[in-house]
Amino acid sequence: MPKLESLQELQNLRERVQGEIKARTQASATITVGMGTCGIAAGAREVMHAILNELAVRKIDAHVTTTGCIGMCSKEPLVDIQQGNEPRVTYGNVAPAMVPRIIEEHLVNGQVVNEWVIGRVAAG
Amino acid sequence: MAEQFRADLLVSCLHDKAPDLMPALKAEVKQRGLEGEVRVVEAGCRGFCSMGPVLLVQPDGVFYVGLQAADVPELVEETLVKGRVVERLTYKEPTTRKHVPYYKDVPFYSKQMRVVLRNCGLLNPQSIDEYIAVGGYQALGKVLSSMTPEEVIGEIKKAGLRGRGGAGFSTGQKWEFARKAPGDVKYIVANGDEGDPGAFMDRSLLEGDPHGPLEGMIIGAYAIGAHQGFIYVRDEYPLAVKNIGIAIEQAREYGLLGKDILGSGFDFDVRIVRGAGAFVCGEETALMASIEGQAGNPRPRPPFPAQKGLWGKPTNINNVKTWANVPVIINNGADWFDKIGTETSKGTMIFSLVGKINNTGLVEVPMGITLRELIFDVGGGIPGKNKEFKAVQTGGPSGGCLPADLLDLQVDYEHLTKAGSIMGSGGMIVMDEDACMVDIARYFMDFLKDESCGKCAPCREGIRRMLEILNRITHGQGEMADLEVLETLGKVVKATSLCGLGQTAPNPLLSTLRYFRDEYEAHIKDKFCPAGVCRDLFAYYVIPEKCPGCQLCLKACPQDAITGAKKVAHVIDEIKCLQCGECVKVCRMDAIAVRPRAEVRKEVVA
Repeated sequence: MPKLESLQELQNLRERVQGEIKARTQASATITVGMGTCGIAAGAREVMHAILNELAVRKIDAHVTTTGCIGMCSKEPLVDIQQGNEPRVTYGNVAPAMVPRIIEEHLVNGQVVNEWVIGRVAAG
Repeated sequence: MAEQFRADLLVSCLHDKAPDLMPALKAEVKQRGLEGEVRVVEAGCRGFCSMGPVLLVQPDGVFYVGLQAADVPELVEETLVKGRVVERLTYKEPTTRKHVPYYKDVPFYSKQMRVVLRNCGLLNPQSIDEYIAVGGYQALGKVLSSMTPEEVIGEIKKAGLRGRGGAGFSTGQKWEFARKAPGDVKYIVANGDEGDPGAFMDRSLLEGDPHGPLEGMIIGAYAIGAHQGFIYVRDEYPLAVKNIGIAIEQAREYGLLGKDILGSGFDFDVRIVRGAGAFVCGEETALMASIEGQAGNPRPRPPFPAQKGLWGKPTNINNVKTWANVPVIINNGADWFDKIGTETSKGTMIFSLVGKINNTGLVEVPMGITLRELIFDVGGGIPGKNKEFKAVQTGGPSGGCLPADLLDLQVDYEHLTKAGSIMGSGGMIVMDEDACMVDIARYFMDFLKDESCGKCAPCREGIRRMLEILNRITHGQGEMADLEVLETLGKVVKATSLCGLGQTAPNPLLSTLRYFRDEYEAHIKDKFCPAGVCRDLFAYYVIPEKCPGCQLCLKACPQDAITGAKKVAHVIDEIKCLQCGECVKVCRMDAIAVRPRAEVRKEVVA
């Protein structure tokens, strides 16, 4: 470990290590992946890995969690995105290849990818 | 792929309740192929000791309690793979019998305010990076880059921070004395010598967030002008010694300790001193003697440590909890701190709630909370169906016992002192109706007799004499005149002892005499211990009207002292009876009561 020579270096270090405890701090968005048996069978794990990878590469501040079957097995893998008080947006039949576009348009640019959306639930 | 964990499992209570829990979790996560995706973190104490081991799943905030290694496969599969809460492992609210799956909803935490324990249970205490990630050492950076030592002292004074070790002296003033004391060489000390039976505040802090007090010390050293610090910690706390040692090493590597800290030109380093476990070494002058390598005996003050401390140099001693408050005050400002607590007692206080209480554990609450809120809302009340609260002892073995009609007392330095107790460093022992207050006083006198260093006569002899008289009373040989002698002795020891140990030692005795005098009188006049604790003074008997003749007690009695047929009220042969109390434990009808032993003798003679 290098010695910190100034307050600026301490702050740089802080920014660098913040990702380490990301799961324990507030995030601006929560991404939920359906991980019931149906989801896993449809490839939800691969989708989740793609999401984690994309978030890490783009250094996006979001939590990724899993949930059970919500009864719409034919549309699995399902991915939910919730940002603040916005309505929760659900994407269906998500494949790993679709992940970069969802992340870029929805999380980075704030544009919901309407063609893949299968449902919206108001927050709260 | 950059390292990106989607979930952290923060595991607390790894002392010995479930030594195989961590390996089991790690193995299961690996077996499920979740490595690199889910991380298992050994975090510090979360304070909910009665429910341990506890585990918090982040970012979901699911809180699991009472975990065993056998629960691990289900937990990992359900929560981490399938995203479902395992309800049976979550906290069950005893009054509503409903499960509370999320940490934020657990009532134990809802009245708490975690300032000093802010990171305990949330961070890996062995990782300086995690501490820095949550804003650690920012206060130090702020102080070194933009504040003069005088400004730092001014800020601490303005915040109204008082020592968390017991006496409650203003921390800012103490620093100012040390700052103004002449001399180039000055020392600072963190007092982590926690010797109270049933107290574990300092220990948990050093184990769970060692960088907090360490950062406070560096800031304090800068304010005072010290370049060497000592952390005095009990050797019987191996994990605390280990974690603070790792913290110091890591801080050195980052240049947060040593020469030219953060390029400011300020030098400071810290050494750990391990205490051998004498209660008196928590007293500052005895502690300094111990650091110097001498016997841990206190000496008269003045001169105060701020003038003549370690090796005759100006020294500032604060409790580790006081030090841990410092970075928060610098970061949030004195005004923020000033708003928490009461007029004279600012900030929060950590208590270790033990004894007859449901939620045994470590709690941090704002000053000025009432005893009732602390014991019944945070602590969850007294266990057992029909048990009544009787007394609470605050401030460790030399604190006073406060009765039920003082439950609405505000907990702060002034109110506790006025009621005949002390804040101490935050021990809190709750007693129910089964406690005999004379025996409690005797127990603590016995503890303090052993811990008195013997240097000054009032403490050495006074405590011994008080203990002798209390022993006599609990054996039924007391006289009413004893009570006056006890009171006088207590007052003299309090007024004339050399150090804090002797000056507070009579508290348990004087407070029980003040609030529970009727119990003393029952012991002396009636030769009766109403709580059924002092064995010479009571006998068990069966209340015939209440006894259904179920034979439970009959089977439980190791002495075969109980006789009776099915559905016929039983009888205890009080000559054979050893008073082990097994029959009381098994009786479901509360049919076994106590009466004076003398009555039995009369019957036998008749």
